[in-house]
Amino acid sequence: MEANTHGTGRLPAAFLTPGSSSFMDFLSEHQPELLPGKRSLPPVKGVIEAPHGTTIVAVTFPGGVVLAGDRRATMGNVIAQRDIEKVFPADEYSAVGIAGTAGLAVEMVKLFQLELEHFEKVEGAQLSLEGKANRLSTMIRSNLGMAMQGLAVVPLFAGYDVDREKGRIFSYDVTGGRSEEQGYAATGSGSIFARGAMKKLFRDDLNEAEATTLVVQALYDAADDDSATGGPDVARRIYPIVTVITEDGYRRLTEDEASGIARSVLERRLEQPDGPRASLL
Amino acid sequence: MSTPFYVSPQQAMADRAEYARKGIARGRSLVVLQYADGIVFVGENPSRALHKFSEIYDRIGFAAAGKYNEYENLRIGGVRYADLRGYTYDRDDVTARGLANVYAQTLGTIFSSVGEKPYEVELVVAEVGETPEQDQIYRLPHDGSIVDEHGSVAVGGNAEQISGYLDQRHRDGMTLAEALKLAVQSLSRDTNGSEREIPAERLEVAVLDRTRPQKRKFRRIGGRQLARLLEAGGAETASEAEGDTDSGGDVE
Repeated sequence: MEANTHGTGRLPAAFLTPGSSSFMDFLSEHQPELLPGKRSLPPVKGVIEAPHGTTIVAVTFPGGVVLAGDRRATMGNVIAQRDIEKVFPADEYSAVGIAGTAGLAVEMVKLFQLELEHFEKVEGAQLSLEGKANRLSTMIRSNLGMAMQGLAVVPLFAGYDVDREKGRIFSYDVTGGRSEEQGYAATGSGSIFARGAMKKLFRDDLNEAEATTLVVQALYDAADDDSATGGPDVARRIYPIVTVITEDGYRRLTEDEASGIARSVLERRLEQPDGPRASLL
Repeated sequence: MSTPFYVSPQQAMADRAEYARKGIARGRSLVVLQYADGIVFVGENPSRALHKFSEIYDRIGFAAAGKYNEYENLRIGGVRYADLRGYTYDRDDVTARGLANVYAQTLGTIFSSVGEKPYEVELVVAEVGETPEQDQIYRLPHDGSIVDEHGSVAVGGNAEQISGYLDQRHRDGMTLAEALKLAVQSLSRDTNGSEREIPAERLEVAVLDRTRPQKRKFRRIGGRQLARLLEAGGAETASEAEGDTDSGGDVE
């Protein structure tokens, strides 16, 4: 299983072979069965029932980017988990939020985090933001077989580009196709509603506090119209996960901060259930 | 047809050890010291690209003296080992002890196999714990043995003399600035006893800092931060009773 079960206990040759700085490349040579994409699934009829994560949204603002996700996982018509976490730091300057099959998504994120960290340790330098986005693309593509059987994983990747000094968002499709989004983006079942909300509320001069409010508004609208997306759960104190990435790095809003935003949004919605109104012209 | 000469196993091993030791002695020495908030690595290294110290995992650092390509190879092997282990089990299951063991096995096998040339390297694997008592420092000489070290350790050409110097002067609970100053003093003493100045640009310094909020405790110290620490170290030894005044200085 691990390194020293081979013969004398010395590091096997694969460990000492110079070459790739990629942990995935190393795994595919040394222990391919550990790679999520290398597993073959027996043919099954119909859709496999597994918990699915739902809505992820992201918004850029001058100086950074905000990535947020709701807390619900569903399995058919059942709420599988109320407090699932779907937004993770990828490294110091980027984060990834995942919609789709929760179990595979979490594993993919774990491998992605490791891939970035491994590169950083071996090379002594970080990958460029584009490079990170491309690695994620490769990982999604390797999951295509599973995706065809209904176990898709569709992430949203956001990060602070240290060279260009701004926040950037990348969205993906199930085949690993990658596209950079300008301003805002959403993925998951509630994404249509969230995108509609963001379209009307987004401005390109938002500050950090406004951007975090905007993503919570968008998630609220998604939860309003999509049964698979969870709204702020005041009774259980479950609020969306909101993360901010700026030149100071990744930061997840504390529960107090997130609940503060969610509660103020909720407060206004008690008077105006459809949320803030944009002007007609 | 010629008959090969008989060489006794003792002689063969002694020759290989001699070969490895000479190779290591050509490189500059480096030191690893415990201080109150972690473990500091200090060495003289004119190159900014070819590091002697690096991060292996969250709490584990690596230092090496000797031949660059050989220890670089081992370093990458160690990173792969640690990352694979952390991926298969959990991040907490990656330990310096396990890593040191694998390194020892690797070095030992290479050292005693006739087909391979012995590695001319001496490694240090260090893990910072929650408290100074839980810190672990292992020294791995070229032949695959493991030495469990406490307080301070030196490897490389002049190691014996330097560790003698450090043993007398190192004490527990030093501040980072004090430990750094002691390390630089120990490194700047030549074999013949004379002292020379090592400019800050030629120093490579890294720490495993247990107070760092992130999971990954390793960080490099250079530039202005290093200059400030070196200065603080000088000032503190002048007024010994100052105590922990540098803690503000080592924040990035």
